[in-house]
Amino acid sequence: MVPWFYLAGKMVIGSSKKVVAEQIEEVRRICALVVDDDPLVRRIHGMLLARYGLEIEAAENGQEAVDLFLSGKTFDLVLMDMEMPIMDGLQHDSRGNCSGLEAEKEAFMATGLDACWVKPLNAEAVISVLDELAKKLL
Amino acid sequence: MEVDQLQRSFVEYSRLLFHEGFLDGQFSQLQLLQDESNPDFVLEVVSLFFEDSERLLNDLTIALDQQNVEFKKIDAHVHQLKGSSSSIGAQRVKNVCIAFRNLCDEQNAEGCLRCLQQVKQEYLLVKTKLEALLRERHDKRVVHDLNCGFIFQLEQQIVAAGGAIPMLNEFC
Repeated sequence: MVPWFYLAGKMVIGSSKKVVAEQIEEVRRICALVVDDDPLVRRIHGMLLARYGLEIEAAENGQEAVDLFLSGKTFDLVLMDMEMPIMDGLQHDSRGNCSGLEAEKEAFMATGLDACWVKPLNAEAVISVLDELAKKLL
Repeated sequence: MEVDQLQRSFVEYSRLLFHEGFLDGQFSQLQLLQDESNPDFVLEVVSLFFEDSERLLNDLTIALDQQNVEFKKIDAHVHQLKGSSSSIGAQRVKNVCIAFRNLCDEQNAEGCLRCLQQVKQEYLLVKTKLEALLRERHDKRVVHDLNCGFIFQLEQQIVAAGGAIPMLNEFC
């Protein structure tokens, strides 16, 4: 697995941490927050992202996620379940007028999300997410 | 020899579970995530799945036993169970959950009760099969560890007797 590094406004994909560290002054791993009320999903998604060199934190619900941000923590990527008992991704019941999965995804995206995936994430989805993130950060 | 036989039966049993639709590609993804630094990852997430499912099935049983059935509450439980089952690759459980959610939308109490029985059945089936699969894997590891332990003892005996340890391409 190739680790991703985010440093001073640029993303570098290093073939080895040692090689990258010699070239730059500061190396920082991409930080991701996994927000899901299911411990099983948090464990799996956390493990999957960690395989790509990300530093992972987890929260059980939207409120915990907000509390983390208010405590001063910053994240490059937030993966959030859209339906949770306590403060979900949309903070309200999103299934009101939507019919079908595509319509539901469109409704979610309209609220300002960068991407919407159907769980569970797989390796292909993670790479796609990180590619999109790289475009935004570079 | 014994390790080889166990490895073969483990692979054959896994293939059967995929072929019969009990597991899907997501389970393979979990197996790929397991490595030396997380040797029990699959066991850990399967155990979490069992805990999740049993709690949710119990909650669903109670919720559907009420005089005034709260379909929104039931839908929330089924949504969670669908999430857990799809995360582990328990395909048949997931598929029943999809049908279950549709019946919640229709507020069909009788249909929901039937679905509950069906999802319990599918859960018990996949649980039995996953437990058997993990037992095979554990047995394979125990035999492998026993072989390594025995070889280590032999190595110690050889060194104690003043001999050199021959190069081996098998076992550990």
